[in-house]
Amino acid sequence: MEITKELAIKLLKQMMEIRQFEDMIMELLAKNIAEGGSHLYAGMEAVAVGAISVINPDDYITSTHRGHGHAIAKDGDLKALMAEILGKKTGVCKGKGGSLHLADLSKGNLGANGIVGGGLGIATGAGLSIKLQKQNKVVLCFFGDGATNNGIFFECLNMASLWKLPVIYICENNKYAMSVSVERSHAVKDITKKALAFDIPSENVDGQDVLAVREVVSKWVNHAREGNGPSFIVANTYRYYGHSRSDPRVYRTREEEKFWRERDPIIIFGNKMKEMGILNEEEINQIEEEVKKEIEEAVDFAIKSPYPEPEELYTDLYV
Amino acid sequence: MRTITYRQALNEALDEEMARDPRVFLFGEDIAIYGGAYGVTAGLWQKYGDERVIDTPISENAIVGTALGAALTGLRPVAEIMYIDFIGLCMDQLNNQVAKIRYMFGGKCTVPLVIRTEGGAGRTLGAHHSQSLESWLIHIPGIKVVMPSTPYDAKGLLKSSIRDDNPIVFIEHKMLYNTKGEVPEEEYLVPIGVADVKKEGKDVTIVTYSRMVLFSLEAAKILEKEGISVEVIDLRTLLPIDIETVVKSVKKTNRVIIVEEDCKTGGTGAEIGMQIIENAFDYLDAPIVRVAGADVPMPKSPVLEKLAIPDVERICKTVKEMLK
Repeated sequence: MEITKELAIKLLKQMMEIRQFEDMIMELLAKNIAEGGSHLYAGMEAVAVGAISVINPDDYITSTHRGHGHAIAKDGDLKALMAEILGKKTGVCKGKGGSLHLADLSKGNLGANGIVGGGLGIATGAGLSIKLQKQNKVVLCFFGDGATNNGIFFECLNMASLWKLPVIYICENNKYAMSVSVERSHAVKDITKKALAFDIPSENVDGQDVLAVREVVSKWVNHAREGNGPSFIVANTYRYYGHSRSDPRVYRTREEEKFWRERDPIIIFGNKMKEMGILNEEEINQIEEEVKKEIEEAVDFAIKSPYPEPEELYTDLYV
Repeated sequence: MRTITYRQALNEALDEEMARDPRVFLFGEDIAIYGGAYGVTAGLWQKYGDERVIDTPISENAIVGTALGAALTGLRPVAEIMYIDFIGLCMDQLNNQVAKIRYMFGGKCTVPLVIRTEGGAGRTLGAHHSQSLESWLIHIPGIKVVMPSTPYDAKGLLKSSIRDDNPIVFIEHKMLYNTKGEVPEEEYLVPIGVADVKKEGKDVTIVTYSRMVLFSLEAAKILEKEGISVEVIDLRTLLPIDIETVVKSVKKTNRVIIVEEDCKTGGTGAEIGMQIIENAFDYLDAPIVRVAGADVPMPKSPVLEKLAIPDVERICKTVKEMLK
């Protein structure tokens, strides 16, 4: 796929936004400015950014408990997302959802989810809806390796294949379902094989390479738009932080973490753009500075925003 | 007496029962290397190994189903569902299989199975990690539902649950894991189905359980200074409810407030209140009042989360209004 300077800037900037957003949340958690849990997407940026960059604004995504990256990549407003994570009135869900429930339906983001596999049904249903309404949209359904061991995964893939729904199932295989490795919890280590049972085409992709992700997702998005039904992609990636804030990461080695940090998606892409002569060092630094400023503004906005009024407790339950 | 945390008390209960009975094994998500999402099983995998502390895939339906199969065929599983919010994923196995199998099969089998889980709000985790769903469970004949509030009760009740030949859902509270209390070194059991008068009083009875026991005791302490004497009953087991202990108290105070964290409508308090009416109506000098959770999904925002569940101030206010 061709890459223009404009696209290169967009991809790099979004990945940097996600990285700095997540690093900032870690800081806010440490300072007790952010409360509760937060599952951070740092290290996995190329998957969300690459995949979402090949779909249209009116296409849908469903996200996971590690959903900040998807929300940002689906054109999320950094200020409203940050405010949501802090439980503020100005948040994208008015402070009611929080990190685990980030959603922006106006942008086609059907939401993060606190239940592993919780987005699979929603994505499959959105696919059915597209088909019944004869639209030309697609759904990118993101979920983790752990979700492919849950019943809903198998039930949804069967339906999607049976009815040829336009859903691209994207498994973000970051090697661990919380603390339990793929080796310790999957009978089949190559997760793409799970799609074979449903006659759904599947393939692995390097989840640290944003261009590779674009290439593969683009192919299956076209396949879906042409009415050929679902596909299943396993993006092999890694999360830098623990499962959540309190995770001491005893289940993986520091060597393994180092190996993956050396395959950093932002550095890989930046280097490639330099090699190809599309971006130079100075431009890359400039993007990073811009993002830094955006994140600072988002945090400032979120911190200064008020909490919801007490009456909000009972609003939004029913129409 | 020594003082330990609720988390440690539970850990000791598991450890002691595993040492005592080789049929006992642990089964759930992230309980081995990680030691459980809230650290309750820490160290047990290192001590008992892969065959007795088993990390499962994220497959709640199969966790409960296979635990049942193992319980029917000679083992005594202690399964863990990480958050009670995930109980929906295995409700069919729990309701249609675990709870009914003995009855359906004419009493010809036993189901010595404990499902440990944890619930409640307080960590601003939002609508999928903060619920109190005990009232769903007390509507299932065939299981028992246990909800301890103190380290002492947590240990004694978990040991009794593991030794019980009936299926038990054992619900911990995420905000209690770090609370401390006296727990003897020597072995003891706390019987299932027996409430505990945590504080004696004469003006009004508060019937409560789990974290709300702590809030109610705090309220009782404040009210004591204002000359109001509150009796606090910790139900400890919600199914079966120890209504005798409650009735005894009602006959003394003639006034009852139920404090519960779950949603008010169709909540545990509705059942408790009705049982009081059925058993002690003539002794009531005032209508029973509930201080309960709001009928909404748990909001993330810390300010809304606090409003969604009872607090000490609301309990005090309700007691004073009742005694006006």
